[in-house]
Amino acid sequence: MADRVERSPGFGETPISRRDLLKMAALGGAGLLLGGAGAGGLLTALERKGAAEKDRRYEAVPFYGAHQAGIVTPAQDFVVFAAFDLTTDSIAEVRKLFRAWTEAAAAMAAGGMIGDDNGNPNVPPSDTGEAAGLRPSRLTLTFGAGPSLFDGRFGLAGKRPPELQDLPAFPGDELLPEWTGGDLAVQACANDLQAAFRAVRNLARIARGKAALRWVQEGFQRTGGADPSGGTPRNLMGFKDGTGNPDVTDDKAMNEIVWVQPGDGPAWMAGGTYMVVRRIRIRIEVWDRSTLADQEATFGRHRASGAPLGGSGEFDPVDLERRGEDGQPLIPMNAHIRLAKADGVRILRRSYSYSSGLDRRTGQLDAGLLFIAFNRSTAKQFVPIQRRLSRSDKLNEYIVHTGSAVFAVFPGVREGGYIGDTLL
Amino acid sequence: MKAGVKYLAWLLAAAFVFAGCSSETQSAKPEASTEAEPAGSGSPAADSGLQQAISQYREYAIGETDSLIVETEKFVKAVKDGDIDTAKKLYAPTRMYYERIEPIAEALGDLDPNIDARENDVEEAEWRGFHRIEKGLWAENKTAGYEDYADRLLNDVKSLRALMETVDVDASLLVTGAVELLNEVSSSKVTGEEERYSHTDLYDFAANVEGAKKIYELLRPELESRDADLSREIAGKFDALEERLNRYKSGDGYVSYLELKDEDTRALSQALDALAEPLSMMGKALGV
Repeated sequence: MADRVERSPGFGETPISRRDLLKMAALGGAGLLLGGAGAGGLLTALERKGAAEKDRRYEAVPFYGAHQAGIVTPAQDFVVFAAFDLTTDSIAEVRKLFRAWTEAAAAMAAGGMIGDDNGNPNVPPSDTGEAAGLRPSRLTLTFGAGPSLFDGRFGLAGKRPPELQDLPAFPGDELLPEWTGGDLAVQACANDLQAAFRAVRNLARIARGKAALRWVQEGFQRTGGADPSGGTPRNLMGFKDGTGNPDVTDDKAMNEIVWVQPGDGPAWMAGGTYMVVRRIRIRIEVWDRSTLADQEATFGRHRASGAPLGGSGEFDPVDLERRGEDGQPLIPMNAHIRLAKADGVRILRRSYSYSSGLDRRTGQLDAGLLFIAFNRSTAKQFVPIQRRLSRSDKLNEYIVHTGSAVFAVFPGVREGGYIGDTLL
Repeated sequence: MKAGVKYLAWLLAAAFVFAGCSSETQSAKPEASTEAEPAGSGSPAADSGLQQAISQYREYAIGETDSLIVETEKFVKAVKDGDIDTAKKLYAPTRMYYERIEPIAEALGDLDPNIDARENDVEEAEWRGFHRIEKGLWAENKTAGYEDYADRLLNDVKSLRALMETVDVDASLLVTGAVELLNEVSSSKVTGEEERYSHTDLYDFAANVEGAKKIYELLRPELESRDADLSREIAGKFDALEERLNRYKSGDGYVSYLELKDEDTRALSQALDALAEPLSMMGKALGV
């Protein structure tokens, strides 16, 4: 899905140099980059390019393809994640649902309205209308099935991939049932939150009588427009989040790390992936009063630059052996990036910050990270990493996992097909 | 009751002539048509099928209102006699006659607020009707001082009956009325906000659903001939919702709303949405 080679996968923005060029053209603040009175041919071309870039943030992302969109697609600004439970016992109804969802998803991703009854006064409109007139905003809709789908209600027990199981309990988990599990998942991402919300809301409406929402979480990151450098976004702890992610434009890496290969498990999953979702609440008030040194030691990186402790640039290699004058490792033994990197096992993270009001008992913010990751084998990739982290990560003092779910993300949909058709 | 008159109020402005419904229409059977046609297209078969549903609904609504008068008289007598136990016993079952046909009442001016307003729906000085008396019976545990409210309630219920003769019911009203009844449940009964003192919300819930089901049943022959799948889906969802609601039966009535746990409320609410969505498609199928 990437339009060009980007060093920091996860962002739809242009490389630094072009933006710097625009700045150097003496237009003053970033706000004057577009539409201002040009000064010569160079600026006109840049202006046009600037306008085109702006356009790209709101263009359509193709729904159909070998893989579903929204996985290696550079992360859009907003997510609305929804887990559903089926309320029907009939597999025929599930197929109907998936067909209807596919039709709606394809229409929404293309920037259109759902259905034909949007002007008939006597009928509830087929599309709820809040995205009317909006650009597609790079909306992607990604669908998956949880382990519970294969529990026997639909005769699918024999098709459950061995890979797809509930996660083990990790030390420190405080999982709440209201943020956990789900027969089905829909991840809606877009550069416009209204577009993403509208997608989930319409899919939920289409599902009435067949599936009901189990839990929903909206998430965000800084908007692409707010960060002229197009750099790694920061999480709500103030630290750059995603520096160590694998390169989504590297097909070989993606086939190793993300995409289920033929032979990995049941044939219907080839071209799909496994998704892990963890709702991780940050103890914001506690974090805010910890020292910078403490914070940096927690992550193992400098806050301002994102450089690993001992390094100077964000993308400097992480040197776990380097020691300080006192003989102690510069990156502490319980630092987050040390524990996350160990064994060299990698996952593709595509997380968002979330904010959901207050904890009514304490008056503290309920905000944190909606951790979303994709991997080819949860048992071999995510689980060992999380096991290590949950036991020893210094970050654990500041976070608590309150929600969890895993899903088998279906392979891509061909035109004429529908989501999950390789399974159903 | 929700604050304010809903869109059905536009009916007030409509001609107050009951659309050609006399007892003669009721005996006319709809002819089988070779092709489904939209209502109002002039096809006698389609029009008379819906006309029959309309006149049958009118009969039903009038019947319910007649019963409402009879039951309200008993309720009012108990209040005026100071018989608080009987008054409490009669309160919720009496209201069911109203809740079955509530959207019709809402189309008739001030009657709905006068009969069914909750405490903060209207100014204190204007607050009257069932819920005012409810507060007296349950929150204050008395009838004294509520005799006037009882009398006025009975008068309002009789006015409702009189105005019933003038309501212009068309197929569109029937269809939207069915969904309105379920929206009533979503908005206040499923959350326990309707019966703040007596907690008899499940009676209202059941009555709203019965009212919606009646409309569906009257429209069913026509609906089945146009979209049998939709009709079947609606029937199935009514069954599912009723089955759920029946779990909370107690004798001839229902348990207190306070006995519901969050998961009960949620399951009822989802079953309700699962029914209301296809029900809202009846109009399209019937061409109204």
